[in-house]
Amino acid sequence: MADRVAIVAAAQTQFRPRRPEVNYAEMVLEVVEKVLDETGLELGRTIDNTVSCSHDIWDGQTISDIGITDVVGGHLGAEEKVAMDGATAVYYAAIGILSGHVHCTLCVAHTKMSQTRRNLVNNIAFDPLYTRPLGLDFTSAAALQANRYMHRYGVSERDTAKVVVQNLGNARHNPVAFRRESLTVDDVLSSPVVARPLKELDIAPDADGAVALILASEKVARGVTKTPVWVAGMGACYDAHYLGDRDLSDCFALEQAASQAYKMAGIRDPRKQIHVIELSDEFSYQELMWLEGMGICTCGHARTLIEDGATSLDGTLPVNPSGGLLAGVPTNVAGLNRVAEAVLQLLGKAQGYQVAHARTALAQGHTGICGQHHCVIILKRD
Amino acid sequence: MKRNVAIIGGGQTHHAGRRPDVNQGELVNEAVRAALTDAQVAIDEIDAVLLGNMEFFEGTHLTDCWLVDATGALGKPGLKITTGGTVGASIVCAGVYHVASGLFDKVLCIGFEKQEEGDTGAILSAVAHPLYGRSVAGAAVGYFAMMGASYMAAWGATEVHSAMVAVKARQNACKNEYAHLRLNITIDDVLSSRMLAYPIRILDMCPASNGACALVLADQKTAEDRCAKPVWIRAMETVHNEQFEFDWRDVTTSKPMFSRVAAHNIYKRLGVQDPAQYFDVFEIYEPATWAELVWYEDLGLCPRGEGFKLIENGVTEIGGPIPVNPSGGVLSTNPIGASAMLRIWEAALQIRGDAGGRQVPKEVRRALATAYGGTNWTVLTALSKDLED
Repeated sequence: MADRVAIVAAAQTQFRPRRPEVNYAEMVLEVVEKVLDETGLELGRTIDNTVSCSHDIWDGQTISDIGITDVVGGHLGAEEKVAMDGATAVYYAAIGILSGHVHCTLCVAHTKMSQTRRNLVNNIAFDPLYTRPLGLDFTSAAALQANRYMHRYGVSERDTAKVVVQNLGNARHNPVAFRRESLTVDDVLSSPVVARPLKELDIAPDADGAVALILASEKVARGVTKTPVWVAGMGACYDAHYLGDRDLSDCFALEQAASQAYKMAGIRDPRKQIHVIELSDEFSYQELMWLEGMGICTCGHARTLIEDGATSLDGTLPVNPSGGLLAGVPTNVAGLNRVAEAVLQLLGKAQGYQVAHARTALAQGHTGICGQHHCVIILKRD
Repeated sequence: MKRNVAIIGGGQTHHAGRRPDVNQGELVNEAVRAALTDAQVAIDEIDAVLLGNMEFFEGTHLTDCWLVDATGALGKPGLKITTGGTVGASIVCAGVYHVASGLFDKVLCIGFEKQEEGDTGAILSAVAHPLYGRSVAGAAVGYFAMMGASYMAAWGATEVHSAMVAVKARQNACKNEYAHLRLNITIDDVLSSRMLAYPIRILDMCPASNGACALVLADQKTAEDRCAKPVWIRAMETVHNEQFEFDWRDVTTSKPMFSRVAAHNIYKRLGVQDPAQYFDVFEIYEPATWAELVWYEDLGLCPRGEGFKLIENGVTEIGGPIPVNPSGGVLSTNPIGASAMLRIWEAALQIRGDAGGRQVPKEVRRALATAYGGTNWTVLTALSKDLED
């Protein structure tokens, strides 16, 4: 591509189970002020538009971006809300800059999961006629997916527990994470069963928080920072909605999204050409499935990567050095935070959980039931 | 923009207050099939599918994920945007970005709402701030009642003027086979219709419609190779007012309002001196009669405080010098997620000369479409027949 898009700033709130001291606009303001201070850019002057990411149903406010218009530069400015996972908001913000219509974009996601109950929200994502009345939510559907995946490839609950142990262990070094624990596999296996085979510690906890990025054209980026992180590749794809229309152990949408992103970024061998991965481990087993869907290893073999320590902080391909979603990141913010964490790694700003020699990173987010829509973003530094 | 973008096809459903014959997916699919047929493009040729819908209205979360079979998004890139009443235009804007970026050649944009499956009045009241605004929120009716009262008090207009807007919309809708309220009504009918909140009577308000609209956007090469009558998207402009800017109810406010700022920006982008001369037809988003009069002024079609004189003098009639909403507009058809896209599609049909009984009786080379949503925001879209224009 002749024109490139860079990420020139990233900021996160603390993620906490409850943030009763702030409303969601105040939470967004925290991160918006950080990225503006860091770059010296100004809303409405040097920043052309805003792409926000939130959901009416999570926020309990119709047209939920109304609640943040004043803090994201929407007043007399342009703001659009992507109602998906935050990775897709980054994807859309980058497309806006590639179009040449805008040159610098604020991209921000927020959710306060503490304001409602996730199983109610998740349940109404199922079609109203056939599957909603069954009482399904994302966790019970994920249990179906986990069972199918684990049965098909002989993956055990000990294998998926190792993902939890590793990610929460990594999170001990991440100041914004809140589930930061030294656990054993047995701790995970003995945590209360929520929907077999998923136990409490296999499931990303509820969290409140916000994340902001600033994306810019190459020209603008060069004037703002000496260390732009380039959006080198992007991909997105929808899978089928009805669970019975999919083999839940397949990663069709992720394979498509990754393949689009790899093509754009010139990646032929992702296992070698990607140095760090931040993926959306909404449930522990998904880390294994998504690694396979991204083509990091063949299907059913991701467990050996964990087993061999390849994906640990000092492994050959660190995965979720931040601790991932299992350590506590709000839904919707999740994918945008994967991008933010990948940016921190590429800039060498990840402090206690910094991985060595990372020049190319992959960030992934998904929307919907059992990862129905996937978005993959490849980031590179010079 | 890096690449020129054209509308190479579009379609809409027959809009109605009740569509018990279809579920949400089937409703969407009706518009998608019409758009693909009109564009002579197969779904397999579409590179990305973008959906606009206000999911709170129907109470299904992630409608884009649910409706992949109906939209054709299965196996494709795509996303969902929700920005309120503007969303149909926000989705077209997203489609323009997608095509102009060079990553996608043919993009399907869809907007829909099936309002009979929810309670729009209740959900619209939830637009207001949960602490400061919700207890006084009166959905859209309360909102526009304030505007109408302020308009009459400030400029000396009467309820007869708003009734003229109501009549024009429904008489135009009679010429539009897709419109929801195709009512052969008179000014007396409007003035004797049920009062909702003074001065808004039921015929002053838009209906709650079920319907969908879909457009196929393409890059210049595809458009010129594949389409006999491409309509070019020349500029788009999104502007908001923030939620506590309550002055909008006062039509004499000196504060910068979204509609005037957006018009100023897009005219500057296009080099427009006199919008009434520059554009041959307008499709504006008027959820209530009074909003149409305010749009006339904010778009610069007349001086401030004189919008009611345009309707009084028939200037904005289908055969008038500045035709506004020959389709019947939002007052006749309001499937919210589709309403702003319908403005763009109706404007495109006028440029193509394909508007049938509602075609304005003059050459249409340029058109302007507006959207209206949220606490006060808009997306303006300027269209032209030729790229040189």
